[in-house]
Amino acid sequence: MMIVVDIVLLTLVVATGYAVTRLQSLFSAAMMSSIYSLLMAAVWYNMHAMDVAFTEAAVGAGITTALLIATIVYTGRDEKPRTGVHLPALVVCVALGGLLVYGVPDMPAFGDPNAPIHAHVAPEYIDQSVRSGKTHGDMKRYVPNKVTAVLASYRGYDTMFEAAVIFTAGIALILLRGRPRQRGRFYRGRV
Amino acid sequence: MNDAVVLRTTAKLLMPFMMVFGLYVIFHGEAGPGGGFQGGVILAAAFILYALVNGIDKLETIVPERLTDVLAAVGVLIFAGTGVYTMLAGGAFLDYAQITPSNPEAGQAWGMTIVESGVGMTVASVMLTLFREFATEPAE
Repeated sequence: MMIVVDIVLLTLVVATGYAVTRLQSLFSAAMMSSIYSLLMAAVWYNMHAMDVAFTEAAVGAGITTALLIATIVYTGRDEKPRTGVHLPALVVCVALGGLLVYGVPDMPAFGDPNAPIHAHVAPEYIDQSVRSGKTHGDMKRYVPNKVTAVLASYRGYDTMFEAAVIFTAGIALILLRGRPRQRGRFYRGRV
Repeated sequence: MNDAVVLRTTAKLLMPFMMVFGLYVIFHGEAGPGGGFQGGVILAAAFILYALVNGIDKLETIVPERLTDVLAAVGVLIFAGTGVYTMLAGGAFLDYAQITPSNPEAGQAWGMTIVESGVGMTVASVMLTLFREFATEPAE
C-alpha cells in the first residue's frame, strides 16, 4: 500500500517539477514550487521522517513561496521567451542524472537495519537517548524525540552556528538594502 | 484591502491559532516533531499573513522593525549564553546536564527547550525581516 502512495506522490513530484521549468508565468511557477514542496513533505511523512516533513512544509511550501512572490514583484511576472535547447546544460543534466541513477543500486534498501548509517553512530545515539519502553540512557524519558536530541544536544554547536548563519543572513540583507536608521541613532541614510 | 471582509475575518481568526501552534512547535521540540526552526517559521507566517491582509505599515505597529532586529540577536545570544552558562557551572560548552546538576536528564530537556526558544526567536525575527525588506521599497 505504501509503495502505491509513494509512486503516486513521486509521479506528481516529477510532474510539478517539470511544470515549474516549463511555465512561462513566474507566478504560476512559484505556486507550482509550493505544491512541489507540499508533495515532498508528504513523501517525507510517508518515510516516517516527521521532522523533515515538518520543515519542508513550513519552509519550502510556506515561507519560500511568500519570498518568491515578493521577488516577482521586482522582477516581473513573466519569464523571457526562450529559444531552443541549451545543449551543454542538457548534457550535464543527463550525465549527472545518469550517474545518480547508476549509483542507486549500490545503496542499501530503505529501512535496512544493516545499512552503514544504522550500524555506525546511530546505535550509540539511540542508546544514550530514550529506549523504547526502557528508561536507561543519558536522557531517560525526558527527551523522547531523538532528532531533537541529536540536533540540540549531540550536535549543539552545529545548530548554534546554523542560528548564527540565519542571523547573519538577516543582518546582511538589512545592510544590502540600505535601510535608513532612525533619526541620528546610528547613521543617516545608508548604513 | 479594506473591502475584503472574508479575507480579513479569516486572517483574524487564523492568526491566534498559527501563533499558538508556532509556540507549541518551538517549546515541544524535544518531545514531538519540530523545534525552533519550524516553529519560528510558523510564528513568522502568522505575522506575514497579517501584513499581507492589512498592509505592511500595520505590521510596523504590532511588530516594530527595531523589535525584530533586537530579537534576532537575542535569540543567538540565548543559545550561546546557555553554552557559556554551562561552562561557568563547571561543564563543557552546551553541556545541558549542568543546568540542573541533581537531575542531569531533566537538565538536557531544559537545555534543549531553552536553546530551541532562542533559535525560534532568531528564525521568526529574521523571516519577518526578510519579508519586510522584500515587501518595502528600497531606501534610495
